[in-house]
Amino acid sequence: MAAASDPPILVTRDLTRRFGDFVAVDRLSVSVRTGEIFGLIGPNGAGKTTTIKMLTTLLPITSGDATIAGYDVRRDAAEVRRNIGYVPQLISADAQVSGYENLWVFARLYSIARAEREERIRDALQFMGLSGVADELVKNYSGGMIRRLEIAQALMHRPRILFLDEPTVGLDPLARDAVWEQIERLRGHYGTSLVLTTHYMEEADRLCERIGVLHRGKMVALGTPAALKESLGRSGATLQDVFIHYAGEEVELSGGYREAGRTRRVAVRLE
Amino acid sequence: MSPSVSSNAVASPVARGAGQRIAESLEQAIAIIGLEARKLAHDPSELLFRAVQPALWLIIFGGVFSSIHVIPTGAYTYLQFLTPGILAQSVLFISIFYGIASIRERELGIITKFLVSPTPRFVLVGARGLSASMRGLSQALIVILLAIALGVTLNLSVTALAGVVLAIILGAALFSTLSMIIASIVKTQERFLGIGQLLTMPLFFASSAIYPLSIMPGWLRPIALANPLTYLVDALRTLMLPNETGLYPLWLDLGVLLGVTLLLTAIESKLYPRMAQ
Repeated sequence: MAAASDPPILVTRDLTRRFGDFVAVDRLSVSVRTGEIFGLIGPNGAGKTTTIKMLTTLLPITSGDATIAGYDVRRDAAEVRRNIGYVPQLISADAQVSGYENLWVFARLYSIARAEREERIRDALQFMGLSGVADELVKNYSGGMIRRLEIAQALMHRPRILFLDEPTVGLDPLARDAVWEQIERLRGHYGTSLVLTTHYMEEADRLCERIGVLHRGKMVALGTPAALKESLGRSGATLQDVFIHYAGEEVELSGGYREAGRTRRVAVRLE
Repeated sequence: MSPSVSSNAVASPVARGAGQRIAESLEQAIAIIGLEARKLAHDPSELLFRAVQPALWLIIFGGVFSSIHVIPTGAYTYLQFLTPGILAQSVLFISIFYGIASIRERELGIITKFLVSPTPRFVLVGARGLSASMRGLSQALIVILLAIALGVTLNLSVTALAGVVLAIILGAALFSTLSMIIASIVKTQERFLGIGQLLTMPLFFASSAIYPLSIMPGWLRPIALANPLTYLVDALRTLMLPNETGLYPLWLDLGVLLGVTLLLTAIESKLYPRMAQ
């Protein structure tokens, strides 16, 4: 496990993204410790995915700074990419080839030395419980298997930090549990720091050491699940209550057609 | 943290010389081309369906126009003249819809995984263009075999065939990159297919694929000369027809194809990352 004295793996200062007049992420300042599991929660459209896209170099930052593993996200994008893994909300495994081939490509894209390549692929498959289906086409995988393959793909190059955007959306409860269990083991085994978003409050509560609540692009609360629940000032409060307290009135208004379409498409594809 | 992680998790940025970067880029390009090859190996049906169209052009269109002798093709039979043109056409047709893959990958989310990898954008786009060449080469094999079966006399020397392979790789990369640019701009399947359809026929007819430039009306000729397909046709004709010298020297044809491909790749390298935003 990481020592308490390790520098933070991720630091943002006034991180901001605008789309025209709309401020999707508004002056976000946060620091994630090395080895920490950090959760971002908030209604659809709160800025979770936009934040992750900026941190993973997919989306240009409008203003502010972000540093990952000591590299500036804006200036050293190439070095940042070497140090991160990303499992997007949408499906990122290629259905037309086998699980093994999906990993084979990324082992090469990440310049994993030839001598190590086979071993890394085998390890990743084994770690994610996919050794038995490695040579099957991904189009024959179940939703949980696809997610686990995507995580395998994202951890093969041993990223210092892994971003998981709604890793369990569209999965049935059993598959969801399996994915979370792997994520927890992953941190224990490789010491990977994790930043994840989720809509499942019980899971965020169980897994995350600290949680940031995003609402309209702003971080409206930040702390350990226990501290967040305590902050409501009533006994027996759940993380669900925290969510409703900070972002409740938005739940019904959020999302919209495009968002709903995307989420459901993922859900359908994962079935 | 286990020791093996800290020792090889991060390569030192200082140690990345130009040589290493080039070696890595090459490896990355091979990976992307290899992925495409594996996809084609798992499901080659598209290649076979695609072969139907050039076969129809050669057998029916070629057959009819050979017998009526209305198109002046100099020392060559019309089928001889037509074969490189149909080959170029099949490369165009199989490449111009290649961008549909980008759109599908964008809708799924596959594209983000490539863009967060350390692969330079130019390598990502360039390798995808080259992957499309494999589809083009499969068409070449089919068209050439068909032409032989139809008794068309072609120059099939090793150098000529090597030249044909090179010209097709360039031509397929050119049109598939153009297709990816369109995909990056329109972003949806419906619009993409519409524009693809709209482009194919003008590109085809405003080229020397099925008739020589010399019989084109004056207004069409400059358009044909600005059309990259004309240069692919010219290169293929120079290579495949015995003693053909072509409109332009071979190096110029190939140079135009290479130059346009590099330009399009540079443009798409800027547009492609937007697909993930």
